[in-house]
Amino acid sequence: MKDLFAVVMLLGIYGLLSASFFVSMDAVDVAFTEASVGAGISTLLMLTTITMVGRYEHAARHKPTLALAVILITGALLIYGTLDMPYFGSPHAPANLHVAPQYLNDAVPGLNNSKQEVGVPNVVTAVLASYRGFDTFGEAAVIFTAGVGVLALLSVVRRPEEDAEIDAINDSMHQQHLILRIVIKILIPFIFLFALYVQFHGDYGPGGGFQAGVIFAVAIILYAMLFGLSTARRVINQSLIQILAAVGVLIYGSVGLVSILNGGNFLDYSALSSDPVAGQHLGILVIELGVGITVTSVMLIIFFNFAGRRENRRVSGSVTGNNSKNSSATKAAR
Amino acid sequence: MILGLYNYWVVVVLMMTGFYIVIAQGNLIKKIVGLNIFQTSVFILYISMAKVEGGSAPILTDGISQYSNPLPHVLILTAIVVGIATTSLGLALAVRIKEAYGSIEEDEIQDRDNKEC
Amino acid sequence: MLVQHLPVLQVIVPLMAAPACLMLRRSSLAWLFSLIVSGTTFLISAVLLQQVMTSGTIIYELGGWSAPWGIEYRIDELNSYLLLIISAISTVILLAAHTSIEKEIPKDRHTFFYVLYLLSLAGMLGIVATGDAFNVFVFLEISSLSAYSLISLGKDRRSLWASYQYLIMGTIGATFILIGIGLMYQMTGTLNMEDLAKRLPEVAHTRTVFAAFAFFIVGVCLKLALFPLHLWMPNAYAYAPSIVTAFFAATSTKVAIYLLIRFTFSIFGLSFSFTTLPLQTIFLTLGLLGIFSASIAAIYQKNVKHLLAYSSVAQIGYMIVGYSISTTAGLMATLLHLFNHALMKGALFLALGAVMFRIGSTQLRDFQGLGRQMPITMAAIVVGGLSLIGVPLTVGFISKWYLVLAAIENGWWPIAALILLGSLLAIVYVWRIVEAAYFKEPSIDREPIKEAPLTFLVPVWILVTANIYFGVDTRLSVQVAQAASQSLFGVSP
Repeated sequence: MKDLFAVVMLLGIYGLLSASFFVSMDAVDVAFTEASVGAGISTLLMLTTITMVGRYEHAARHKPTLALAVILITGALLIYGTLDMPYFGSPHAPANLHVAPQYLNDAVPGLNNSKQEVGVPNVVTAVLASYRGFDTFGEAAVIFTAGVGVLALLSVVRRPEEDAEIDAINDSMHQQHLILRIVIKILIPFIFLFALYVQFHGDYGPGGGFQAGVIFAVAIILYAMLFGLSTARRVINQSLIQILAAVGVLIYGSVGLVSILNGGNFLDYSALSSDPVAGQHLGILVIELGVGITVTSVMLIIFFNFAGRRENRRVSGSVTGNNSKNSSATKAAR
Repeated sequence: MILGLYNYWVVVVLMMTGFYIVIAQGNLIKKIVGLNIFQTSVFILYISMAKVEGGSAPILTDGISQYSNPLPHVLILTAIVVGIATTSLGLALAVRIKEAYGSIEEDEIQDRDNKEC
Repeated sequence: MLVQHLPVLQVIVPLMAAPACLMLRRSSLAWLFSLIVSGTTFLISAVLLQQVMTSGTIIYELGGWSAPWGIEYRIDELNSYLLLIISAISTVILLAAHTSIEKEIPKDRHTFFYVLYLLSLAGMLGIVATGDAFNVFVFLEISSLSAYSLISLGKDRRSLWASYQYLIMGTIGATFILIGIGLMYQMTGTLNMEDLAKRLPEVAHTRTVFAAFAFFIVGVCLKLALFPLHLWMPNAYAYAPSIVTAFFAATSTKVAIYLLIRFTFSIFGLSFSFTTLPLQTIFLTLGLLGIFSASIAAIYQKNVKHLLAYSSVAQIGYMIVGYSISTTAGLMATLLHLFNHALMKGALFLALGAVMFRIGSTQLRDFQGLGRQMPITMAAIVVGGLSLIGVPLTVGFISKWYLVLAAIENGWWPIAALILLGSLLAIVYVWRIVEAAYFKEPSIDREPIKEAPLTFLVPVWILVTANIYFGVDTRLSVQVAQAASQSLFGVSP
């Protein structure tokens, strides 16, 4: 298959199918995230990349024997490993008997002799945000790292003269999509509302910071796609987004630090208020907010930088030649 | 036994497909696509571990007593985010490589590098 | 009161400093800030090491939840030893960063450099400090992603390609590790390392655990740059900015070796690890192959950075050979070499950075005549080279000594001989650098080159002096390495 566009579309469908598979496996939060991230953002980024690197693959002649050998060995090893696994769906698997039941018992008040430690019905959120909150902190740091990495790789210094040119190109292009623009203008506030709902309702239903952050970012990206990047940039200041990305991670960490100052360990939410369960709710609320802010900002940073790079190339002429050894960013900015 | 395990075997096949694409394909974008498929299949593996027969989603509601295991869900949420982070970095690198080398085919890039040395 | 929170502060300080650093737009401000943060992590690690050596393993429960329901940090001799190495090297190298990146990275990227550097530091510290298997994966990704970005900041366009290759191979490795962790979880139901160690023995005979082990080991070996999975390393180190190479050459593979040791000794257990797979033989062979193939490859390199990168692959081979001896003495030699190699390569790559700063290239032919024009820097490179060979009075000698001793103690005479043979090869490639610098005339007419600025000379000579100091007064490194090795052997069944 030589057409990369088709490849990317199929990848998007694969992501969507996985998401539906996750739903049937009772993993609703995961399905939500996979659908928004895997099928949504990922496809979007790949399409943007393809417009910059070329839609068709050049024919390559290579003998795949070594690769085939490697995957046959790896595959065989994996299947060998599955032979002793607990059967699919078995409630007696070690995984379902050891650590997990404690999480499940927690949130229901007065059930047998379980004490309510976190008090949040969505157990996945409880584990993600409280029990394993440090992992989620690391995850926020991962997404932040990716944002900074993309900034380091793709950010372009924009010159004011170029702006006028870019505006002209955009305006002419977008006049054609009048229907889309009107519809999107109506829809965007609802998308924002939905994102807020997902953010704050994550305790009681599927949702939480990540999913909300992505949806929020998608709304803004839709706007940018239809009304032009420069318009979007006027609405959303670039340096503001970078600061917000940092602030989100810092909010998360500060909750942990406040816990320490209140006498508990890092990220011990029970120390945040006199009633431990209320403290847990407060802690989870604030860190999910931090995560949401970071994810939105980073997704926007990534999109704006990818799209901005593409814009810059169109304006500054043809692609820099094969002999270029310098960093293209400096060249494009000159 | 087969009925209990075939689910895992399908996942293994998916994983190997993704893995093969990563190693065998020369186009940089296709490699990233393969990586994505590989990682997503690992997620499917984890999630199928979590499923409990007759259980429901791990959101506590009145009247339901059997739930699926929430811990792998948490792990996979993190892993999905890590996956998208890696993908975006990989794509950014591909864009820069295209600008610097004029191509995103592995053999063409290596040819150009060898000619310089 | 602050003292009890040190384990988490060790990782939190750089992790939170990184986003804060993003808001500092002036390059010098960002540099100063990173330097202070790195210095703080060094102080914390020193205090932690002292605590652990006197009162034993420190446990810290994150979120107030006890393991295995929450994540815990478990600092013992091995951890704190590595934390010290990483934070010390990071701080010394940062001293030279401001000057070095001025010529190697565009000005508008400087802030991003420092942010990524801090993230990388935090990631590595996080991998080492944690006692939870999945937490390892998360921080592994933090350090890897920042590494890919840092490497791509190099001037040469080949840095982009090297970074991409590293990204692909590194992500495959990380995904393998993820598969391994997943399979382990499936059979035991826990992610906490201590808990895994308790529960794995009952399921150790299953094929799933065998597969988990295999996947985990292969994944770690990719990150380790063990022959033949080392292909990403020489290019990644050669084309990255000098500071980045110095930092990673001294730290990132050490962290991977730590993971290997931690999982095989503390979690899977010594008897399991070495009997299920013929790990001893495999690692011994691969280690030796790595030493020889990489040393020979180093001899033929035209670029000094490539030369030293291949030398690093060889040195990792030595560490793996020590590991494969699987006695207390062998492991101690490996741990010692972790410390010493960090000092050696840190000094060498940093000195190379000085050369790069002054002449803009690290090709061997551009080194000709450098001995006279940059005497202090070249002297540092010579001492580093002597350390690589293993000349007495340098740390390299100490490592080789303990390694050979461990081999002989185990009755492996041919291996001891091979180790010494490897040193002979090192003499050849070090000589190439010395010969070019001191015994050849400059190949091109160029203006006289000044010596490297103080901001380079000071950190380089700190590391070089450490090379010699710890080669003479070995108490610190040997004591800690021995304590760590003994506790690891005591813990496993």
